[in-house]
Amino acid sequence: MNRIDEGCRRMKIKRVVAGLSAGVLALGLAACGGSSSGDSAETISIVGFAVPEAANKAIAEEFKKTDEGEGVGFKTSYGASGDQSRAVADGLKADYVHLSVATDVARLVDADLVDPAWNQGANKGIVSTSVVVLGVREGNPKNIQGWDDLVKPGVGVVTANPASSGAARWNALAAWGHVTENGGTEAEATEFVDQLFANVVSLTNSGRDATTSFLQGNGDVLLAYENEAILASQQGEGFDYVIPETTMLIENPGAILKDASAPSQDWLDFVLSEEGQKQFALTGFRPVNTAEPGTVDWDAVGLEPGDIEGAPNPEDPFPAVPNLLTLDKNFGGGDWSGVADKLFGTGEDGQSLGIVTEAIAKSGKASE
Amino acid sequence: MSVQIEAVRPATARRTPTHNLTRTSGIGLGVTMIWFSLLVLIPLAAVVATAAAGGWDGFWRAITNEQTAAAIRVTVTAAFAVTLVNIVIGTMISWVLVRDRFPGKGLLELVIDIPFALPTIVAGLVLLSLYGNDSPLGLHFANTKWSIYLAFLFVTLPFIVRTVQPVLEELDQEIEEAAASLGASRFTTFRRIILPALVPAIAAGAALSFARAVGEYGSLVLLSGNLPFESEVTSVRILSAIENDNRATAASIATLLLLISLLVIVVLDIVQRRVARRG
Repeated sequence: MNRIDEGCRRMKIKRVVAGLSAGVLALGLAACGGSSSGDSAETISIVGFAVPEAANKAIAEEFKKTDEGEGVGFKTSYGASGDQSRAVADGLKADYVHLSVATDVARLVDADLVDPAWNQGANKGIVSTSVVVLGVREGNPKNIQGWDDLVKPGVGVVTANPASSGAARWNALAAWGHVTENGGTEAEATEFVDQLFANVVSLTNSGRDATTSFLQGNGDVLLAYENEAILASQQGEGFDYVIPETTMLIENPGAILKDASAPSQDWLDFVLSEEGQKQFALTGFRPVNTAEPGTVDWDAVGLEPGDIEGAPNPEDPFPAVPNLLTLDKNFGGGDWSGVADKLFGTGEDGQSLGIVTEAIAKSGKASE
Repeated sequence: MSVQIEAVRPATARRTPTHNLTRTSGIGLGVTMIWFSLLVLIPLAAVVATAAAGGWDGFWRAITNEQTAAAIRVTVTAAFAVTLVNIVIGTMISWVLVRDRFPGKGLLELVIDIPFALPTIVAGLVLLSLYGNDSPLGLHFANTKWSIYLAFLFVTLPFIVRTVQPVLEELDQEIEEAAASLGASRFTTFRRIILPALVPAIAAGAALSFARAVGEYGSLVLLSGNLPFESEVTSVRILSAIENDNRATAASIATLLLLISLLVIVVLDIVQRRVARRG
C-alpha cells in the first residue's frame, strides 16, 4: 500500500502544480480584464460589449487632449453585452456603459443604477449605429442578394442565437421586418422566420462565434453587422457582404451611471461629438445621425468616404439602404417593448412563447 | 480530487471508529471543512437555493421544457457513451504507457495531458478547423450531434489514463507471474488479478470524465452549431436562460445536472467498493 501511496503522491504533486499554475494564470487574466477598483474621481470605468473597444480606445486618446479630459484615466472591461450588463447590475464598478441593445441598459435602470431618463436626449441614448448585412462566400457563389434568397433550399445560414445573444435579435428582427414592413402579414412573416431558421446550420452563442464558425467554412450566409464586417476586414479576416434592400438599423446605447465619476458626462458628450463619431466611423460604425438615421453626413464627422478602410466599395463605404427599419419608426420604440415578448418570449415565467423562439425550436424538430 | 483519494484509499479504512482526532488533526479537519464549504458547498447550495426559489412547479417546468429536455438527453447520452469509451481506451492507453517500452513514449506521456491543459475555446477552434466544412481530413462532423461526442472524447481523455496509470505502475508483476504459473490463462489473470486492482481507479476516472463531459461548454460551442434537438447541450440552454434573465431556470437545469453527476459518482463508488471487497 505504501508504495502505491507514494506513486500516487508523486502524481498528485504534479497535478497540484499544474492546477496551481492554471489558477495563477486565471487570476492574472482576471486582473487584466477587471476594472473594479477605479474609484478615483478622475478615472472613467468603461464597461462595454466587445466590438467598440478599438473605437473607444481611439476616442479616449482624443478625449485626453481636450480640456475636460486632461489627466483623466480609463479603466476598461469588454465582453458579451448581456454578460457585461449583468456584471454591472451585480456590482461591477462602471461609470459609462456601452452596450449592444437597449434592453441591457434597461436592466441597469431596473437595478437603479442608471437614470430612467438616460434615453431622453437628442440621440435617444444611442452612441453608435450600424446595419444588419448578409455575409457571403467570396464571389457570392449562391448569388445572395436579399432576405428571400436565404430561405431557398440548399442555402445554409449561420447566425448567433437570438435566445442566447441579445445582439442577435437585430438579425431576427430584420428578417421579420423584411416581411411585415414590406406589406406582408404577421402570418407570412412567421412563415418566413420558420423557413429561415430551418435553413440555419449553425446557431452560435455570440456574434463573434458566428463569424468564426462562418470563416471556418460553415454555411453560405452569415447574418452579420456592417461594422463588424468592416472591422474584420481591417484586421485581415474579412468576408464579402451584401446589404439587403430592407434591413435593420442597429442602435447601440451608451449611458453613464448615476454615481459616475465627474468627467463621465463630458466623456459621453465627447463620444457623441464630431471627434467621437469620427472614430466610430473609422472602425466601421455608421455615425449617429438623428435627422436621417443610417445616413452618413460626412461633413459632420470631418471625414471623406475614402477614409474608411475595409468596406467593399471605398467610394461609398456606407451605402444608403432603400428601406431602413428602425426600432422607433417600425417596431414601437427604442426600448424593444413592441417586439421583445412577441418575437423573443421564452414561454416561461408567464411570458408568451415568442415567434422566433418557436421558429428555432421547430427547426430542430423538423430535421429529426 | 476527493474522488481520486477515495480510489486509492485502502478498503479497510472504513472500519475505523467514529473518530481518532488529535488536536492537530482536528485543526486539519477544521481547515478542510472551512475551505471546502467556502469553495464548494456554499456556491452549490446557492445554486440549489436559486432553483428552489421557483418552487417545485418552476423546477419541473424548467427541466421539462421540450428543448431543454432534448438538450439534457443529448448531453447525458453523449457523456455516458464517452465515459464507456474512455473506460476501455483510457485503461488501454495507461496499460501501454506503463507496460510497454517504445520510442516516443516520453512524448506520448506528455501529450496525454494537453487536452486538459488547453483552454477549451482553443480546443473548440482546433476541432472546428479539423472536422468542420473546410476539414483538411475530409471529415465533416460540424453541426451534428457527433461533434459533441468528439469534443467530449477530446477533453475527457486524460482522466482515466491518469487515474489508472499510477495504480498500474505499482502493481506487482510477480503476482501475475504466480497466477500464470498456477495455470491461469492471460485472460483469467487479467480478470481476476489485474482488473480488481484497477477498478477503483477506473471508477474514479470515469466519474471525473462523466462529470466533466456533462458540464462541458467551451470546446464544443463552435463545433456543434448548437442546433436545438440535435446538437444543443445543456450548458448552452443554461446560457440562454441566463441571457433571458431567467436565473431560476438556469439554476434548475444546473441542479438537475448536479443530481445526475452525483448519482453517477455514487453508483461508481458503490461498484468500486463491491469490487474492492471481492478482490
